[in-house]
Amino acid sequence: MNKSALVLEVEKVNKYFHDPVTIQVLKEVSMQVARGEFVSITGKSGCGKSTLLYILSTMDTDYEGELKIDGEPTRKAGHTRLARIRNEKIGFVFQFHYLLTEFSVLHNVMLPGLKLALKSREEVEHRAMELLDDLGIADQARKAANQISGGQKQRVAIARAMINDPLIIMGDEPTGNLDSRNSDIVFDIFRKIADEHKRSLLIVTHDQDFAARTDRIIEMDDGRVVP
Amino acid sequence: MQLLVTIALTLLRAKMRQSVVAAVGVMFSIAMFVTLLGFMNGLNQLLDGLTLNRTPHIRLYNELHASPEQPVQLAHDDSSRSDGAAIHHFIRSIKPKDDLPRLRNATAIMSAMEKDPRVLAVSPRLVAQVLFNVGTTDLTGQVNGIDVMQEVRYYMFQDYLVAGDPYDLSDGNNTIVLGKGLADMMEAKIGDLVQVTTATGDRTMLRVTGYFQSGIADYDKVQCYANIKTVQKLLQRPASYYTDINFKLHDLEEAPAMAKELAARFGVQATDIQTANAQFETGTDVRNIISYAVGIVLLIVAGFGIYNILNMMIYEKLDAIAILKATGFNGSDVRRIFLLLSVIIGIFGAIGGLISGILLQRIIDNIPFNTAALPTITTFPVDYSIRYYIIAVTFALATTWVAGWFPARKASQVDPVEIIRGK
Repeated sequence: MNKSALVLEVEKVNKYFHDPVTIQVLKEVSMQVARGEFVSITGKSGCGKSTLLYILSTMDTDYEGELKIDGEPTRKAGHTRLARIRNEKIGFVFQFHYLLTEFSVLHNVMLPGLKLALKSREEVEHRAMELLDDLGIADQARKAANQISGGQKQRVAIARAMINDPLIIMGDEPTGNLDSRNSDIVFDIFRKIADEHKRSLLIVTHDQDFAARTDRIIEMDDGRVVP
Repeated sequence: MQLLVTIALTLLRAKMRQSVVAAVGVMFSIAMFVTLLGFMNGLNQLLDGLTLNRTPHIRLYNELHASPEQPVQLAHDDSSRSDGAAIHHFIRSIKPKDDLPRLRNATAIMSAMEKDPRVLAVSPRLVAQVLFNVGTTDLTGQVNGIDVMQEVRYYMFQDYLVAGDPYDLSDGNNTIVLGKGLADMMEAKIGDLVQVTTATGDRTMLRVTGYFQSGIADYDKVQCYANIKTVQKLLQRPASYYTDINFKLHDLEEAPAMAKELAARFGVQATDIQTANAQFETGTDVRNIISYAVGIVLLIVAGFGIYNILNMMIYEKLDAIAILKATGFNGSDVRRIFLLLSVIIGIFGAIGGLISGILLQRIIDNIPFNTAALPTITTFPVDYSIRYYIIAVTFALATTWVAGWFPARKASQVDPVEIIRGK
C-alpha cells in the first residue's frame, strides 16, 4: 500500500487519564485507514473508542505515539496548523448535531467553507446547496437551524462535514440519537460518500447492524485493538 | 476577518436584548462623562472668567513704602563697634515721602512695552480715592480712570456694564460709570449728576452714564469707572500721570517671569496673574479631577457590564465555540469573534453616547440660570469642547476592549473535546 493511499495512520498510541487516578485508556493502538474506505470502530462502553477518535481528530493532543493525516505527522504541528488540517481534511459528525442555532441551515453548512476561503462565497454557497440537495433537504436551506427535525439536523451536520471535500469523515455515534429509519438514511448517505466520492469514513458506533454493513470493523476492548 | 465579523454580528443579533443593555451602559456613561465635563468646565471658565477676564496678566504700580534705610543706621554701622555688641535700631524718623503713587516715566514704559513681542495690549490706569457726597453723608469710593476702548477690547468691560454704553464713557467729559451697589445706595439714575470730593478736597460734578456689576458685591459698592482724562482732571494732574500700567500677554504662562523682569527693569512693583489669583487654578484643578474621576468610574462600570454579558454569552455558546473549533476555527479566531462582539457593543454605545451627550449638553445649556452676580449669564454655561468627546470615546473603546479581552481569552481556551464528549 503506497503512502498517499493512506489517509490516516496511527502508530503505538498511548493515552492516560490522570483524574482522579492515572489510568491507561489506550494501549499501543495502531491502525490505518485507506482512501475511500468505510471503517467502523466498535466496542463496549468505556473501551476507549471515542477517546481514540478524538485523538485521530487532532482535537486531543495529549497522547503518546504518532499520528499521520494524509502522510503529514501531526505530533509537532501547532494549534493553527491542526485547525487548518481539521478544516481542510477532516469532516465531523457527532451524536449531537451541534448546529449554530443563530444561523440558517445553509449558513451552518457554509461556515467551514468560508473559513477555508479557497473558494468565493458564491461558490461555497452553490456547493452547500448541492450538498443539501443530495441529502434531500434543499427545501430547508433558508430555515433557522433549530426549526428542522432531528433527522434533518443530522443530515445538515453531514453536509457541513462535506463542504470542504475532506479526505476523511469522522463520526462519533452519528446515528445514536436517531430512529432506525433516519439511521438507515444516514448510513446510505455515508455509503454513497465512500463509494461515489471516494472519501474515507471512520465511524465510532455501538450499533452492531450499522457496523456490520461497513467495509471493515475495528473492534476495541479495554484500550486495545482486538486483532 | 469578514467572516468573523459576520459571526460576531449574528451572535449579537441572537442576544439582542443583553447586547442593547450593554451598549446602553456604555452610552449612558459616555453621555454622562461628556455632559459632566462640559458642564463642569463651562462653570470653571465662567468662574475663572469672572476674575481672570478683568485681571491684567501683569500689573505695574508704585507702592508707597517706608525708606529702607534710616539715617541712624548709616551712623552706627555694625563694623564700627569694637566690642561687637548687637545694635537694635528703633528710631524710625523718616516717614514715607509725600509722593502720590504715580508711575514715573509711565509714557516711556508704555511706548517701550508696546513694541515687546510678548505683549498683546498695554493699558494705563489712574486710580483715585474719592468721596461721593450724598445728602449729608459721604460714601467712599474708588474711581478707576481707564482707557475705555482698550478695556472693552481686552478686558470685556462691556460684559460687566449692566446699563449704559461704553462709548458714552469714552467720549464724554466728566462722565462716570458707578458700581451697581454704589449707585443703589446713592439712588443715582443714569443722567444724574453726582458730587465727588478728592483726597485733596477738590470737588467736581460727574454725570452717571451707566452701572457696572462685576458679580462681587463688595467690589461693586466701591468701584467706579471714568475715562482717564476725567480722572486726571479730577486730581488736577498732567496727562502723563498714571498709577498703574496693565499688560495682557499672548501667553499667560510667561507672566510670572516677565513680571520679575519688568520690576527690575523699570524699578517699580509688578504682580502677575498667577500670584494674584493662585486659588482659582487650584479650584479649577480640583473640580476637573473630580469630574474626570466620576466620568472614568462610569466608564469602568460600563466595562464591567460588558464583561458580565460576554461571560454569560460564552457559557451559553460553549457548544458553538466547540463546533467552530472542531470545524477548523483556531483559538485566535474564537478570541477575535468575542473581542469583536465587545468592540461592536462599545462602538454602538459610543455613537449613542456622543449623540445623547450632545443632547444633554444642549438641554443644560438651555436651563435658565439667573444670578445677580453674573449679569451677562442667562443659562447654565456649557463647554462644548471636542476634547471631552475624544477622551470619552477613546476611553470607552479601551474599556470595552479590555472588558472583552478576558472573556474572549477564556472562549479561545475552551477545549472542544471536553464539550463534545460531555454531551
